[in-house]
Amino acid sequence: MYKINICSSSRVLMVFGSLIMPVALWAQPNDPHAGHNLNPMVDAHAGHADSEVATASSESPATNNGVMNHGQMQMQGAEAPADARDPHAYSDGYSLTEGPYARPGPRQLKLADEHQFWSVLGERLEYDPDNKTAVFDLQGWYGSTYNKAVVKLEGEVEEGTLKESETDLLWARALNAYFDTQLGVRFDNNDEGEDRQWLAFGIQGLAPYWFELDATAYIAEGGRSALTFEAEYELLFTQRLILQSRAELTFYGNDDLSNGVGSGLSTSALGMRLRYEFSRQFAPYFGFEWTGSYGKTADYQRAEGAPVRDTRLVAGVRFWF
Amino acid sequence: MKKSEQPLPSPINVNRRRFVQGLAAGGVLAAFPAVLQAASRAGATLTHTGTAPVLSGNQIELVIAESPVNFTGEVRMATTINGSIPAPTLRLREGEEVTIRVTNHLAVATSIHWHGIILPYQMDGVPGISFDGIAPGETFEYRFTLQQSGTYWYHSHSGFQEITGMYGALIVEPRDGETIRADRDYVVQLSDWTDEDPMRVFSKLKVQSDVYNFNQPTVPGFMRDVSTLGLAGALNKRRMWNQMRMNPTDLGDLSASTLTYLMNGQTPAGNWTGLFSPGERVRLRFINAAGNSFYDIRIPGLKMTVVQADGQNVEPVSVDEFRFGPGETYDVVVEPENDAYTIFSQSMERTGYARGTLAVRHGLTAPTPALDAVEWLAMRDMMGSMDHAGMNHNDMGMDMDHGEMAMDHSQHVMHSNPLAIPSSSVNHARSEYGPSVDMLVHTPRTNLDDPGVGLRQNGRRVLTLADLKTIGGPVDQRLPTREIELHLTGNMERYSWSFDGLEFGQSTPISMKHGERIRVILQNDTMMTHPMHLHGMWSDLENDQGDFLVRRHTIPVQPAQRISFLTTPHDLGRWAWHCHLLFHMDAGMFREVVVS
Repeated sequence: MYKINICSSSRVLMVFGSLIMPVALWAQPNDPHAGHNLNPMVDAHAGHADSEVATASSESPATNNGVMNHGQMQMQGAEAPADARDPHAYSDGYSLTEGPYARPGPRQLKLADEHQFWSVLGERLEYDPDNKTAVFDLQGWYGSTYNKAVVKLEGEVEEGTLKESETDLLWARALNAYFDTQLGVRFDNNDEGEDRQWLAFGIQGLAPYWFELDATAYIAEGGRSALTFEAEYELLFTQRLILQSRAELTFYGNDDLSNGVGSGLSTSALGMRLRYEFSRQFAPYFGFEWTGSYGKTADYQRAEGAPVRDTRLVAGVRFWF
Repeated sequence: MKKSEQPLPSPINVNRRRFVQGLAAGGVLAAFPAVLQAASRAGATLTHTGTAPVLSGNQIELVIAESPVNFTGEVRMATTINGSIPAPTLRLREGEEVTIRVTNHLAVATSIHWHGIILPYQMDGVPGISFDGIAPGETFEYRFTLQQSGTYWYHSHSGFQEITGMYGALIVEPRDGETIRADRDYVVQLSDWTDEDPMRVFSKLKVQSDVYNFNQPTVPGFMRDVSTLGLAGALNKRRMWNQMRMNPTDLGDLSASTLTYLMNGQTPAGNWTGLFSPGERVRLRFINAAGNSFYDIRIPGLKMTVVQADGQNVEPVSVDEFRFGPGETYDVVVEPENDAYTIFSQSMERTGYARGTLAVRHGLTAPTPALDAVEWLAMRDMMGSMDHAGMNHNDMGMDMDHGEMAMDHSQHVMHSNPLAIPSSSVNHARSEYGPSVDMLVHTPRTNLDDPGVGLRQNGRRVLTLADLKTIGGPVDQRLPTREIELHLTGNMERYSWSFDGLEFGQSTPISMKHGERIRVILQNDTMMTHPMHLHGMWSDLENDQGDFLVRRHTIPVQPAQRISFLTTPHDLGRWAWHCHLLFHMDAGMFREVVVS
């Protein structure tokens, strides 16, 4: 799986540059006929997208496929050509509230595109019987199709105590058909360490081949920085029996002794969860999660006598409403 | 013409698959007496379902109220017109002025739109465009003169009221007598019902747009393909879909996992029945009054002769099957000889069906066919003509020349007027290059002889748009003086639908000059079929050579298809223009047209 390949980079800034940006560009696939490579790190397509975007409006001569202007034949993610049709060209200057026969007063007819919606997704509410820990991973949003307020809650409860939690409060804005940019803050609560507050910037969405991606960069006081990257992929064995693969990588720009993390790639988690959707909105699951610590984070773990590699059996429920 | 007979409830006892099959008519009384007693204490009477009562004359009273109904075993409140689903069948006469008083007993505003009827815009019944709607407790008086004849229908144009029960047939008898000879005359009205709150359905689609799709590609399906196509073949079959994040089984946004499919207000178990005597000619007025379901209709053992489309007489064409979307109507004539036939109406996404029976007496049934297998959308549904031409655009035919290739009309030397044929150059709107649009079609298909996904090469003669010829040709024979191009767009993942990438709230009206002849090109940049309903004027569908085919009020546009029609805006005012899939309309695939 391509997510693992990202480990090769160990400097957060490098990771930021080489991960977030290609993902952001990759989020706008310019060419359905190219870029089969699943690895955004080595995907020439990402760089290709870069030049494509830059030149699409300058009427560059026919390029890639030698037949016609490739940039204008993209089925997804193209930039509007300079001569694209004006969507208001047929209005004669009239609007929904002005012009002949318009109803007086404010516009009455508002469809769902002007409504606000909301949802709560419990992606993981699970228990690890060996370690007697519970994990929660919830996302909620409120808003329109293209602008949403997003809350992400993730944390671990051990023997009735909230051991650690991360709370993201984000403004999500549509970047393209499949991806949102997210801007906001994150609050970390660490029972045994220091609480942290971060500024957050990321993107979240659906990549080609149905990979759900969520990549967020964080900065905090004192030049602290961090990066998280999550990817999910689902395989349907039946219409209701679904295997979700999930990978998560966390990087830090600095050592943070009080929280037991070192700079560079800090932790990874790879999970496989098999769920049964009694309804689309309610699905119990069980699965395994393999976690690992790296670099100084691993050293801290060793010092505390905690395992650097761990395999956990988990059981939980996924739900949304 | 003999009057429709009220069918007796069929005493089928359904104790499993009730949700899909539904309850037999009247089952509600036995099944849920307590709820009904409560309802009757509250003064509500049970909704009448089945063949609708007929109202005729020039003075009609309609009352809109909530009434309890039970299609699935769960009692739900419906919004009904005169307490029946379907609403009363209105039988009116061409040339006469009719006054229809509509009284609202709901707690919210309502409206009625007369679908396909040419009338003054103030009578068209679209709240916020033609009038203010009908406030609770108020009565609105619709008054208009019927300038046409044929099979039409009427429905609420407010929120989701239509799918909760507000639809009925509207039949206009020709001024000079019926030209279609028939011994029996039945309205066969297809609809769909959900026990969920439709707004809840919509918000679920907003969260997960495939929430109702239980025919998605699976691992075992992939393994089967590997064994038949080989690994490369199986991967290749999926490559484009997966790369583009498009679901090849997204045939309908809803399915039997929330819908119960109805024929004349009856579930499949209820088995609406129309009687005939052998040797009679039976006219069936099929109306798709569904909120969100395309239906594929066939009557195994019978040829259907299509004689009318959207109320307009067409040259008779004999078929085994036809597909129609919400808003469309087809009148067919059948000549049954046996004792019983099933009217089989499977939904396009192949998860369920509505069903009724033509029989010589009540209680008879004929076998109900199995649902057809789910067929994946094809490359032509994604890319238009690309599946013929591959990636070699040089091979594309004349009618498929691409817009960015400096195509001009000079090759059609036989026409001195460049507007004689519809332009084939694709012009995407600037607003299509953004988050609201998940795909652009650059090489649309313009052929009209495709029955559509799930009906291709099924061994049956399936009606296509290319088969339809309005008798007498176009009323207005002028060539258009201008052409406008609009694209049908959407983003399935965000569940947004629009014209040109602009949902209704972002849009501006289409301005038309009164009496002008104008060509409208609709190109479908999505992978779903959209039944496009233009209010207030006819849509004269033409082929890609500019030859007139058929006068419609609702034109289904298939995925990656580009169609064109001419229209003459003969009535001033503001008119609605939208996809008649209720959930697409409400998502924003809706425009206003100003005729001034």
